[in-house]
Amino acid sequence: MSVAAISADRLTKRYQLGQREAYGALRDSIARMVKAPVRAARRLAGQTLGRPPRRKWISALDQVSFDIAEGEIVGIVGRNGSGKSTLLKVLSRITDPTSGHAVVRGRVGSLLEVGTGFHPELTGRENVFLNGAILGMRRAEIRRKFDEIVAFAEVESFVDTVVKHYSSGMQMRLAFAVAAHLEPEILFIDEVLAVGDAAFQQKCLGKMQEVNRGGRTVLLVSHQMNQLRRLCSRCLWLQSGRLAGAGPAAQILGAYEASFRRGAQREADAEDGDTKQAKFLSWCLSAHEPSRGNVLTTTGPTEVTFRLEVRTPIRRARHGIALLSPTGQNLWGTAVTELEFAPGIYELTHSLPGIPIQPGVYFWQVSIYTDDGMIDLWDCLPDLIVSTPPMTHYRDEYAGVLNLPSQFTLRSAPESDLVAEANISA
Amino acid sequence: MPAPIASPRTAAAAAVLPIQVIAPARGWVPIRMRELWEYRELLYFLVWREVKIRYKQAVLGVAWAVLQPFLTMVIFSVVFGRFANMPSDGLPYPVFAYCALLPWQLFTFSLTESSNSVVANQRLITKVYFPRVMMPIAAVGVGLLDFVISFVVLLCLIGFYGAYYGISVGAGVWTVPLWALLAMMTALGVGFWLSALNVKYRDIRYTVPFLAQLWFFATPVVYPTSIVPEQWRLLFALNPMVGVVDGFRWALLGKTNAPDATVAISIGAVCVMFVAGLFYFRRMERTFADVI
Repeated sequence: MSVAAISADRLTKRYQLGQREAYGALRDSIARMVKAPVRAARRLAGQTLGRPPRRKWISALDQVSFDIAEGEIVGIVGRNGSGKSTLLKVLSRITDPTSGHAVVRGRVGSLLEVGTGFHPELTGRENVFLNGAILGMRRAEIRRKFDEIVAFAEVESFVDTVVKHYSSGMQMRLAFAVAAHLEPEILFIDEVLAVGDAAFQQKCLGKMQEVNRGGRTVLLVSHQMNQLRRLCSRCLWLQSGRLAGAGPAAQILGAYEASFRRGAQREADAEDGDTKQAKFLSWCLSAHEPSRGNVLTTTGPTEVTFRLEVRTPIRRARHGIALLSPTGQNLWGTAVTELEFAPGIYELTHSLPGIPIQPGVYFWQVSIYTDDGMIDLWDCLPDLIVSTPPMTHYRDEYAGVLNLPSQFTLRSAPESDLVAEANISA
Repeated sequence: MPAPIASPRTAAAAAVLPIQVIAPARGWVPIRMRELWEYRELLYFLVWREVKIRYKQAVLGVAWAVLQPFLTMVIFSVVFGRFANMPSDGLPYPVFAYCALLPWQLFTFSLTESSNSVVANQRLITKVYFPRVMMPIAAVGVGLLDFVISFVVLLCLIGFYGAYYGISVGAGVWTVPLWALLAMMTALGVGFWLSALNVKYRDIRYTVPFLAQLWFFATPVVYPTSIVPEQWRLLFALNPMVGVVDGFRWALLGKTNAPDATVAISIGAVCVMFVAGLFYFRRMERTFADVI
């Protein structure tokens, strides 16, 4: 690894609860000032007369440490309020950490909001210059890139129109275009790649990849897992201010997505405890190289095995299996019937000719049931991570669901066919 | 999944990269002039933005910059010059008043705008990093532009009255930028304090107009310094705007007394306020994004 572009060491940021609302009244402060000697006297006397003022603090960031190498694109995931934005704010010096420190090597450009400083009364041209300056560009630099920015935003014919007459999509595109042309060594981006329509988003992704090819370091907050999967090599996962995980993107994103379902799973487990007749224990891909564990790396034949613990004999059992997308869409399913189980541990193996789906995170759902009802239903953990080479369209929105190798040939049609076709259209 | 791409940058180039250490700061912090210099273009754009926006959709446009002090001067001339018979050191009252109104309006505008500047730019403060002192400084820059415009009108006024009363622009006219600078520094010195306080206590917003009004009567705008009793002059001069207004009258009209030792007191007071304000602002600015 090369030099760390960003290295954070136990970064912590604490807020006093309700602090944001606490401004407004000078008299409160004066009152506090007047009372201060009284409090100090109390503390000295070691007494607690009445209730001491209680202050609630929350840690937006709690001892977060990590290193990011130069030229890496790193994604940050986490639920709302987990500290993602705070982390970017601290790293871009908008707010000071409460404790800990970080070292940032290189000029920083941060894009925490699209269109910061855009003014509705100014024209597109004026706003490009203003916004560029706010984001840290030099005037000469903006002038040099002006045409490129406007072309990227697709607002060429409106540059001299006041921005308040723009559609919101146009404003967003222009704002993003300015930011996309920043050239710092380190770029912080907070949930802003979601602007514009699908085609524009695609353009943004392309731009980000281009930015990274230039050797720049990018730290990116997003809720769009597919985007992160495409862009990032590594991910950080924040959970209520703490670093819950850091590592290869596919692994962290899979774990993050699984955490949503895990919550539901745990509740279900707690309900029926050990009273079940049978219970699924684990699953894995076949031990055949190279796909194993929960990572699928081949489009060829694959086996998937589930372990089942049977506690009491089961007659005429049925076993179902389904492959689901993270959103819960059923992609494939089958069932086997007339199974007989004595107590013991079993391995249930399904052999498949291949799992031709787009790279991403999926999960298995397996069940064991009889005519009397469900015995065990398991949303398998960990997730199935499909990490096969994509053979699909280079633009996401056209890629579809399947990952099928296809052959293509191009030739001129025989003349007789052309005549036949002409007859049909006539 | 894209693999991490090694940077093409060589080790030598990497060594040149600026290194920023992010750590909690405590107590008083240095001003970091070099950084301010690096952000000078942002200052330019902030001033430019305000100027552009201010007169958009205003039919009279820039004429407002002239109309405001001019109309005020007319009112003062009638009320104080005519009705109250306020002495004006032997100068025609309109010229006497307008001459003081210019630096005064530069001052009040700068004071009001800079005090509100940080709060008015809440979005920027919470989303982008830049030296926060740029905000009050930019607010003052806008006032300066108005000042320059109305200054031209003043010169015309002097020319007009000059014919009747035999006044002409004094030899000290070249000191005008100095007095303007002094007025701006005074406004900024207070503006640094108030804008930082305003982030936490929105009471400031209501305090500023009141403060400006009090300050107005403590400054010889409608009356000459000569009516202030001799024994109070030194105390009077602690108000830097006394030095500014007197200096301005002397520089342009040349009829009043040349600035003396009391101006030194004014300048001293300005410098103390300015530096103290700047440090206070720097101390407070790190909490802006959290509190605003």
